[in-house]
Amino acid sequence: MTAHKFRLNGTTLFAMPSGALWIPDVQTLCVSDLHLGKSARIARRTGSMLPPYETADTLARVSHDIALTDPKMVICLGDSFDDLGAAAELTHSATATIAQMQAGRAWVWIEGNHDPGPVPVGGTHLAELHLAGLTFRHITTHQTHEVSGHYHPKFGLSGMGPARACFLYDEIRLLLPAYGTYTGGLDATNPVLRDLFGSNTIAVLTGKKAIAVPMAKTLHQRRPVGRSY
Amino acid sequence: MTHLPAQLQNWFDNRGWELHPHQRDMLDRADAPALLLIAPTGGGKTLAGFLPTLAELAGGSRQGLHTLYVSPLKALAADIKRNLRAPVDDIGLPIRIEDRTGDTSYTQKRRQRADPPHILLTTPESLALLTSYEDAPRIFAGLQRVIIDEIHALAESKRGDQLMLALSRLQAIAPDLRRVGLSATVEDPAAIAHLLARHPAPCRVLNADPGPDPDIQMLMTDEAPPWSGGGAKYSIPSVLNEIKNHKTTLIFHNTRAQAELYFRALWLANDDNLPIGIHHGSLDRAQREKVEAAMVRGELRAIVCTGTLDLGIDWGDVDLVIQIGAPKNVKRLVQRIGRANHRYNAPSKALLVPANRFEVVECIAALQAAKANDLDGDPRGDGPRDVLCQHILIAACAAPFDADDLYAQVTCVGAYSTLTRAAFDDCLELCATGGYALRAYDKWQRLQLRDDGLWHLRDPRSSQRIRMNIGTIQDTDKLKVRLKGNFKPLGEIEEAFAATLTVGDTFLIGGQIVRYEGLRDLTVQVTRRADKPPKIATFSGSKFATSTQLSERILRMFGQDDWPTLPDHTAAWLTLQREVSKLPEPDRILVESFPYKSKHYTCFYGFAGRNAQQTLGLLLTQRMEEMGLGPLGFVATDYATLVWSLDPVSDPAPLLQGGQLRDGLATWLAGNAVMKRTFRAAATISGLIERNTPQARKSGRQTTFSSDILYDTLRKYDPDHLMMQITQEEAMRGLVDFGRIENMLDRTQGKIDHHVLDRVSPLAAPMMLEMGRVPVAGEARERLLQEAADEMMQNAGLQGFGT
Repeated sequence: MTAHKFRLNGTTLFAMPSGALWIPDVQTLCVSDLHLGKSARIARRTGSMLPPYETADTLARVSHDIALTDPKMVICLGDSFDDLGAAAELTHSATATIAQMQAGRAWVWIEGNHDPGPVPVGGTHLAELHLAGLTFRHITTHQTHEVSGHYHPKFGLSGMGPARACFLYDEIRLLLPAYGTYTGGLDATNPVLRDLFGSNTIAVLTGKKAIAVPMAKTLHQRRPVGRSY
Repeated sequence: MTHLPAQLQNWFDNRGWELHPHQRDMLDRADAPALLLIAPTGGGKTLAGFLPTLAELAGGSRQGLHTLYVSPLKALAADIKRNLRAPVDDIGLPIRIEDRTGDTSYTQKRRQRADPPHILLTTPESLALLTSYEDAPRIFAGLQRVIIDEIHALAESKRGDQLMLALSRLQAIAPDLRRVGLSATVEDPAAIAHLLARHPAPCRVLNADPGPDPDIQMLMTDEAPPWSGGGAKYSIPSVLNEIKNHKTTLIFHNTRAQAELYFRALWLANDDNLPIGIHHGSLDRAQREKVEAAMVRGELRAIVCTGTLDLGIDWGDVDLVIQIGAPKNVKRLVQRIGRANHRYNAPSKALLVPANRFEVVECIAALQAAKANDLDGDPRGDGPRDVLCQHILIAACAAPFDADDLYAQVTCVGAYSTLTRAAFDDCLELCATGGYALRAYDKWQRLQLRDDGLWHLRDPRSSQRIRMNIGTIQDTDKLKVRLKGNFKPLGEIEEAFAATLTVGDTFLIGGQIVRYEGLRDLTVQVTRRADKPPKIATFSGSKFATSTQLSERILRMFGQDDWPTLPDHTAAWLTLQREVSKLPEPDRILVESFPYKSKHYTCFYGFAGRNAQQTLGLLLTQRMEEMGLGPLGFVATDYATLVWSLDPVSDPAPLLQGGQLRDGLATWLAGNAVMKRTFRAAATISGLIERNTPQARKSGRQTTFSSDILYDTLRKYDPDHLMMQITQEEAMRGLVDFGRIENMLDRTQGKIDHHVLDRVSPLAAPMMLEMGRVPVAGEARERLLQEAADEMMQNAGLQGFGT
């Protein structure tokens, strides 16, 4: 398997190259920050009409990971929808895809800052969830053994191509990368993220393979400058 | 026919000035709907353009905007204002002259809209913005004349297309508008005339006396130029000597990075402390203005510069132009040379300095072409559709519009005269709905066709966002550079370059070495604590490719029996190549293969220009990877691509098949970073993505994402989208330049000479020393990344961490 295997609070976890987290003990797949309906929200708010294919693309990738792991439960770790309006405006084919994925398994929507209310799509809506000795919530607090998203961490090595979305973890907490197709990232060396983690932090880069890099060893590395539009 | 009013005539007489024949001509033909004047630099071109305006306004009874002057440079507008003011103020003519550029203050701009001056001096972008306002019809209602200065420069870019589209709008508001174009010497005046005139009206071309032939030579130095590289440092002593022997020297470079390096080297050798300045587009405006002012005051003996000094600002007494590096393009060389002796009827003096041995050949070829007045240039294609999309959005900002009317206006623009209604409707569709196969935005359309039969902005507030993104100039993302604790910026560097910097790294900017201290608020913080040799600030996209015509001339020179015009060292080099292998011929592709240090090298002499040779390198190595030849990297120059691999290329013919290369362009290269950049530019111009937003880029960085993702998504889900078509079209020129590869295939018709040698040939040897090697990525990159990460994990004792 090309995933990176590690442990948090004794639970075995797999950081998958797609950006999903696989928890074999409880047969659970976790994805964060899908931002479904992002292009529609941008069009509504700014008039910019970006290629409207990201929702289909994001869902296709989730489908693929579900087919790969056949989980008993799927946790979407917040900001699953770019806003509540976007959740209400999902196309028929998108809602059909979601329904198909939900069939025969538990599905949990954790609330995020973009989608704070219940969303008009099937599944359980929770602010947080305790499972396998870990707490799943959208934004990390100061508790230990949390799995969260929100920050969209990304990281790259000097001279090794552009930064990639990444997992970040130490003994205390785990941050998931943003899974959505139209999501940018916050560099892992940003003080906001640095302050969350201790000296033994590992970044797991997504891509064709999950690649683990110790953050401490990269302090001397360049700070990549993200390109945004 | 317009007479010069008595007070103007007197003013000229008092100065002992006499009108040049072409200035007289322009007055005589002042009534023509379109006029193009071709005149050398220093020929009094601008005055020729303005004389009819001054004559018409001298009476003093006119109200409102009479003449619009558009130039490619803000600085030029300011310069012209100064020059025009002299006669106007001296005579006391009742003429108000103002400029309007990105630098004009908000209050000044508002006042200009309420009460326009008689003469308004502006740039294409500022004009486009003006036409986007609701009150545009009132501002331009009485407009009589538009003067487009340096139209040859504008015609080479999308800025010219945008300008001509804006003119079509002005012409609809002011049907009697007369158009005047002022151009430097060009290879095809008729093509420029076609762009200028309201289609299908004719445009008269007036040619000024070109003046005496310039005095151009190649700089002869004691030391022969080096085998490779572009620095030309060997020439420093001779160039300093030339500076000493002339009043003012302009030293042109092809790239900003080279200008920076050369400037520094000049200063290190400048024992006499000659006042020498540097001027290029990445320096901060205040810095540039300081240099410009010093130049006008005659305080500088030399300026190291780039293309930003190409256009006709009056720099005073330049008596020598030095071109460092092969000029790449004969037309530009001739225009640059015109900068010396900015006076009519005096020969311009210029020196060419080849940076390496190959450029000696190119310089001689360019000299011959300049003497024969054989100028180069690529025929312009049809008007680009991304610019048209922006024009449609601008029209919508001004007022709801009728699609038939707008189409009729657009096809009166020369570059868009063949635009079909279907193609126009595609662009309108892109502006209205995004033009996607998946019709996702019916509810949130940007433009809506309403019951009155007109297209409206759905949300009138979106006009602000559209206005903020007007323009076609695509700056790659740049970051300001500031000295720590100092507010004044030194200049800009590209984000991509900034990303390669580590704290403590040093680089050159504005001739100083500075030390990178970190990044704060999207500004590069530096100090003067420079203790390492500098990295060079790289500015991508500024590399000119040697023109097709010049490349052909070089190939023809290779065919000569001997080379009496070449310096001995270069002639001997070519003779040796002929003995050992063969010199490239115009209608064949020469391929040389040879081993070196247990790798196999293959050199493809395509003479297609740097960008196309680079693209060829990408395509060839991909093909070689598929064939299992283990390509490791390549390097490209204007003349050839050198590839190295684990296994030898035994037959290059299949690699160079047109079909294979085209397939590669369509599939593999479509995912390349250069294509993504091309897409980004087109998508920004057409308004699909925004460069500037009201909230700027300060808000949470994780909410923005790369336009590369948009490109990948469109490729996957909507590959026939208009934006993808435009990207493909653009790939035929510019950085991808596949059109030159097609030319090469056409020219050679599959005739390939493969020479297998036991060692490097004289012609290939310089290629081995070239900088800018491109490693072949593919699977190898993933492996390298994994290895680097594993090593770090191991060093950190973290291999099993967490498991």
